[in-house]
Amino acid sequence: MRKIVLLAAAAAMSMGLPAFSGSHGDGPVKAGFVYVGPIGDGGWTYEHHQGLLAVEEHFGDKVETVYQESVPEGADAERAMTQMALQGADIIFTTSFGYMDPTINVAANFPDVKFEHATGYKRADNVSTYSARFYEGRAVQGLIAGKMTKTNKIGYIASFPIPEVIRGINSAYIHAKKANPDVEISVIWVYTWFDPPKEADAAKALIDNGVDVVLQHTDSTAPQAAAAEAGVISFGQASDMSEYAPLPRVSSIIDNWAPYYIARVQAVMDGTWESVDTWDGIGPGMVEIGEITDAVPADVKAEAEALRDAIGSGEYHAFTGPLNKQDGSPWLAEGETADDGTLVGMNFYVEGVTGEIPN
Amino acid sequence: MDLGSINPVLLIAALLLASTPILLAAMGELVVEKSGVLNLGVEGMMIVGAVSGFMAAVESGSPTLGFLAAAAAAAVLALLFGVLTQVLLSNQVATGLGLTLFGLGISSLMGQGYVGIRPPASPRLELPVLSELPVVGPVLFSQHALVYLSLALVLGVWWYLRSTRSGLILRAVGESHEAAHALGYSVLGTRLAAIAFGGALAGLGGACLSLVIVPQWTEGMTAGRGWIALAIVVFGSWRAWRVLLGAYLFGGVSVLQLNLQAAGIAIPVELLSMSPYLITILVLVVISSDKRRAQVNAPNSLGRTFHASG
Repeated sequence: MRKIVLLAAAAAMSMGLPAFSGSHGDGPVKAGFVYVGPIGDGGWTYEHHQGLLAVEEHFGDKVETVYQESVPEGADAERAMTQMALQGADIIFTTSFGYMDPTINVAANFPDVKFEHATGYKRADNVSTYSARFYEGRAVQGLIAGKMTKTNKIGYIASFPIPEVIRGINSAYIHAKKANPDVEISVIWVYTWFDPPKEADAAKALIDNGVDVVLQHTDSTAPQAAAAEAGVISFGQASDMSEYAPLPRVSSIIDNWAPYYIARVQAVMDGTWESVDTWDGIGPGMVEIGEITDAVPADVKAEAEALRDAIGSGEYHAFTGPLNKQDGSPWLAEGETADDGTLVGMNFYVEGVTGEIPN
Repeated sequence: MDLGSINPVLLIAALLLASTPILLAAMGELVVEKSGVLNLGVEGMMIVGAVSGFMAAVESGSPTLGFLAAAAAAAVLALLFGVLTQVLLSNQVATGLGLTLFGLGISSLMGQGYVGIRPPASPRLELPVLSELPVVGPVLFSQHALVYLSLALVLGVWWYLRSTRSGLILRAVGESHEAAHALGYSVLGTRLAAIAFGGALAGLGGACLSLVIVPQWTEGMTAGRGWIALAIVVFGSWRAWRVLLGAYLFGGVSVLQLNLQAAGIAIPVELLSMSPYLITILVLVVISSDKRRAQVNAPNSLGRTFHASG
């Protein structure tokens, strides 16, 4: 029987037909990864690459991986994905929000290749989406930030005005405000995921304007260096950034993609892959909170860890009412929690955040 | 307009520093283009400078050695371009683009073991007495040495091109390499020297990023600043002072828009974000709008291959 399957597969391939999905005989599954920054960014892309390495480690010879770094969001991304698909990739992970439409377009041309798009919301029969509930980690950071700020001004380096980033700002602000009612948040939009000098300049601009806690939603460690020089505190983003611990980096959000990547590659091997939408947080371990350093007072640290555990166990939701939108209109009533639909498309600030979200 | 929490002194200090890498790279490219060579590899030379300077500074503990190493390494890379385009007569545009790709690749290879390390601090240059003056002291007299060096280089390049014999020869080579050759000047020698100089300055600009502004090594950290420098040379119509203006304008508006955002000024962020590009282009287009003068300034032999046997 096995021989027949192999012969059929060989025949299919020799006729130039794509091998039918779900059965790969003994050949390795080929997994492709498209990265928005360099692996060495020390943040977002670095962690995705750790996921790739975990896949290699887990499957050994049964898997073959290929990746491309620093692929711009847009037309170039389609080229990179198409190239991977033509090279015989069975599953392609596209790891940035801006790859959403390119992923959908390329997936339509390669119905037998599985696509996995990170942080987006468009799916197809062969396109899954996956993301992490980073906002859960932002809640913990917000609490620490609110407790630690002396100037009552915290700063946030934001990349693009997309729901994922806006959720982070809101979550951080809500929990900073709970910890410290006088807190204000300044947001700078830099319109890039990775531009170390610009990220550094943004951090300096925040600090020059009186901010003493810097949160970032960009991928490099440049804001950490700026925070270190100015003597203010910061948080690792996407990766632990522990080289900046114990100060300025007092904690971090770590993206742990490895279990998901392994599970999805396994599904391709087993022929059980189907299009799903995964959105995991602290509980399942996709979002980890990096060690809270001793620069944070013990009681604040304990409070932050309690918040982390409450979110992880599902006992507490980071968006729990009463909460109003920025314009003062009610959003969540006392005790009500936000539904995923609203969170996925979040395009408003909560009450108290100043400034406008760019379109 | 209420500028809220923006402190103008800090702002000006920040803009001087933020503009310096682009100014250095653009000054280098200005000299290269004045000699008639178009080197599109500025980005590649900058990033090689950034990584080499970082490595040397970390290993030796001396930022000064870092800057020297950055200039030397980028000059060597530039000379590679020089040999390919001037001796082996390859196409300048293609070779320059190749140089950028090569630079980006080799820099990430070289920097493998240097991610996440902090470099030795590059101290600000405190000028005695002057840096203690109120207001202007911290702005004008307490900057990093590279800021002063870049300004001195603008003066030097302007004077060199305008008033020295060797500067005149360099311009002659850039205007008409045949004529310069017929007069007995070494086209090859002049151009190689200009290319090496341009590389050294691009390297210094890169090291300014990795040792002073960021300061750390991250792959791809120049993030397009080499291309901005190239654009500023063209918009600055090949004149040192306009290039200075362009670099400061770009750097200044970049820093200003971040500060306006931090201070919560109610200007649409989209507008602020594109303002550095928009304003720099507009101003430089306006001041170089006199077509005749712009043409006079553009080196006539720019990008053209020269072969002495012809």
